[in-house]
Amino acid sequence: MTRNTVISVKDLVKRFGSFTANDNLNFEVYEGEIFGFLGANGAGKTTAIRILSGLSRPTSGKATVAGFDAGTQPEKIKKNIGYMCQKFSLYEDLTVRENIILYGVIYGMKLPALKQRIRQLLEKLKFEEYENRIISDLPLGLRQKLAFTIAVLHEPRIVFLDEPTGGVDPITRRQFWEMIYETAAMNITVFVTTHYMDEAEYCDRVSIMSEGKIVALDTPAELKRQYNAESVEEVFVKIARPPTPSRPAVGTGSKGGLKPEPDTTGKI
Amino acid sequence: MKRFLGFVKKEFLHIFRDYRTLIIIFGIPAAQILIFGFVVRTDIKDAGVAVLDLSHDEITQRLTNKIFSSGFFVNDGNLLNYNDIDVTFKKGNTKAIFVFEENFGSNLYRKGRASMSIIADGSEPNVATLITNYTTAIVNDFNRELNKDAVNSVLLIQPEVKMFYNPELKSHFMFVPGVITLILILICALMTSVTITREKEFGTMEVLLVSPLKPLQIILGKVTPYFLLSFINITLILILSWIVFGLPIKGSVVLLLFESMLYILMSLSLGILISTISKTMQQAIFISFLGLMLPTIILSGFIFPIENMPKVYEIVSKIIPPSYFITIIKGIMIKGTGITFVWKETLVILFMTLLFIGLSVRKFKIRLQ
Amino acid sequence: MMQKIIESSAIGKSFGETKALEDISFSVNESEIFGFIGPDGAGKTTLFRIITTLLLPDEGEMRVMGHDVVTGFKELRKNIGYMPGRFSLYQDLSVEENLNFYATVFGTTVKENYDLISDIYSHIEPFKKRLAGRLSGGMKQKLALSCALIHKPALLVLDEPTTGVDAVSRSEFWDMLKKLKQHNITIIVSTPYMDEAMRCDRVALIQTGKILSIDSPVKIKEGFSRKLFRIKTSQKYKLISVLRKYPGVVTVYPFGDSAHVTFIDDIIDDSLSEFLVKAGIDDTVIEESEAGIEDRFLELMEKGTMV
Repeated sequence: MTRNTVISVKDLVKRFGSFTANDNLNFEVYEGEIFGFLGANGAGKTTAIRILSGLSRPTSGKATVAGFDAGTQPEKIKKNIGYMCQKFSLYEDLTVRENIILYGVIYGMKLPALKQRIRQLLEKLKFEEYENRIISDLPLGLRQKLAFTIAVLHEPRIVFLDEPTGGVDPITRRQFWEMIYETAAMNITVFVTTHYMDEAEYCDRVSIMSEGKIVALDTPAELKRQYNAESVEEVFVKIARPPTPSRPAVGTGSKGGLKPEPDTTGKI
Repeated sequence: MKRFLGFVKKEFLHIFRDYRTLIIIFGIPAAQILIFGFVVRTDIKDAGVAVLDLSHDEITQRLTNKIFSSGFFVNDGNLLNYNDIDVTFKKGNTKAIFVFEENFGSNLYRKGRASMSIIADGSEPNVATLITNYTTAIVNDFNRELNKDAVNSVLLIQPEVKMFYNPELKSHFMFVPGVITLILILICALMTSVTITREKEFGTMEVLLVSPLKPLQIILGKVTPYFLLSFINITLILILSWIVFGLPIKGSVVLLLFESMLYILMSLSLGILISTISKTMQQAIFISFLGLMLPTIILSGFIFPIENMPKVYEIVSKIIPPSYFITIIKGIMIKGTGITFVWKETLVILFMTLLFIGLSVRKFKIRLQ
Repeated sequence: MMQKIIESSAIGKSFGETKALEDISFSVNESEIFGFIGPDGAGKTTLFRIITTLLLPDEGEMRVMGHDVVTGFKELRKNIGYMPGRFSLYQDLSVEENLNFYATVFGTTVKENYDLISDIYSHIEPFKKRLAGRLSGGMKQKLALSCALIHKPALLVLDEPTTGVDAVSRSEFWDMLKKLKQHNITIIVSTPYMDEAMRCDRVALIQTGKILSIDSPVKIKEGFSRKLFRIKTSQKYKLISVLRKYPGVVTVYPFGDSAHVTFIDDIIDDSLSEFLVKAGIDDTVIEESEAGIEDRFLELMEKGTMV
């Protein structure tokens, strides 16, 4: 059975001046997949996600998301995706209810349908008592769950999650991933980056970026077999920072200059 | 369209939930109207005027009484001779001196003419102009009264107007010292006002606190570089005003520089104080800029004479440092006063400097809460 | 005799109505690496700020290196090396300038204690003229650590030094900390990463302002009250929901590629595989497994909410 492709990336390049953040990326993401996007800081993950979510244009190459071209139709892409970044998705001085309504309206939902959805959502998340609480009063775990729910409020074809579980307690983290599973079961594709290597195991397929390139892409089981590793973390350690003369293997005592990861914080 | 409205609603919520935006939208316009309404006046009230009466006869008495009963002026006393004029003006309270020549009355009745001089303090051209106009009108009125009684000859008292210190009544004599006062306090306070809050915002303050550094060391350490650099600044400003505006420095340059550096030190300390009580850089800038700019422009005597204002504003004027510095800088630059006439103001600024530094040290939070 | 570097007794701290810390009691021995493990909002930063005298506790007492944190702050602030979250460095000063500044503030020079930081600083020394703001996360981390160590403090306090840094840099960082023990420096670290607990001598698990457990990581793991079973299958999500319905199950948690499950009375028998096969899952591998720190943390969290 051929699966539909919701994201198609071909020879994607993104440069900032002389610095190449994304170097000829090629991959596809299928409908209903949970696709994990891993890489060290500065490897180029955030740059790639920004292009795929319509926030930035490629320097060359092609990226098609939900049927639209990232270079020429970023606005259409934005209408068809959900997006959640790590810490700042919600308006801190508004209440839970106000945030849901606001985003629902922005995504083009009609008010009566929206109000009904709010009831449903609050019941499912067991958030009823928090309906009129200001966001900044809520603990991090609850905020992340709410932000995710809002990101898929309008049932987009794909949702992009940028490190959604950073710093969240272990129980909430798992509940969050169960929400991701449910979402994927509804045929919404989930594109997620994370620093927690065990979370990579929850994904259907995982890609690992290093220095602007994709150095591995497969199911977690395949990657572990290929690299003779017990966990995705081991795979990551082996390939995300391969030993070079200037960068000795981890664990042998690091002496000598390490090549610095390119700092892209100021450039995006 | 719905999206747009939804967004607008959100913006309203943000505005009403933050008391600061409410202050900006409603509080500031109200304050401005109240202040400007009372301060901007184009008339004079209670202007200090002194009399040098070299004649002491009935006519001069009548004219003097008429002048002072007009309500515009306050009698600052009687001078004894011409030498007193300079000193009187340097003291700063007297804005004009009326001089009646010797034998004023007899000259008037015998020759039909007598002259009186209106000598005005040209360092405040607006006030000077107003005073001379008002006085001239009063004198003309007096002339008419005199001529009503007289039978045939026309008696005429001719007021002669002279400007002391600023003969051409150049407005930038008033303007430039005021601008220097404004610029110095704004820039200096702004420079230091963010320096402590910046450390708080970026988190480096935490590490500084857990170190042997004492608050006084931190504060003085932050003031010192700006102080040294400001010396270059003030020198440049003074050179510029001289070249571009022809503004003289009649008094001692050394004294002027000393006073300026003291004022700068005071402004830097004020900035530091603002920095210690602000939670964010934004807040600090806001307070320094708005909190200092308006009072300095309006209430320091920069443009609008303090004597014209309601008592309340006069009191505020006495609390803000720029008022004192304006007196000093105008005195030294335009009138050529020495330390003898400005020591009081100098002490006030010195006291304020120490006060701000002391308060900064006290307000400096040695803990994060 | 080993002196206690930190002695804390019933420390409590509230911000308005929120209780950030409650009844925190623990002690730290000289030359230990002591870790505080817990998620965001657990109270780690608040506790560290009390230790470094930046906040006053509302209740309880604490002595650090023999001084009371409330009254002895002046002395303490001279002898602690502090690295708060966000690696507070001066972004517009170079690597070198930052290090020199902190050395001078503490009345020493970079040369004097260079041997202490050389392992760490050597990684960034080639970039010593680069502005701190232009360093990568891993390098900022190393610089911040060097600045905290430069005056050879007796106590090093590191608040989430590995947050936001990739897995490889994190591992290197812990290698560096281990080496510092030789210099007799006591280190307290906070982290949300459970796996890092294994790198500490002793650990306190902390959640919503309370300490759940204090012990060596090994003992904490051993404190897991039941037998832990790992179940692997290709249908991860389905497994979790099906297992939850199994009557003999106590807890089910996804853990990467397997589910960690505990059963009533630790009993597991054929009825389990029958149940799974009936639900459509037939490729399961079930094995008993040793509990890890995170398993224990989850167990303790549960106990907390069940009360």
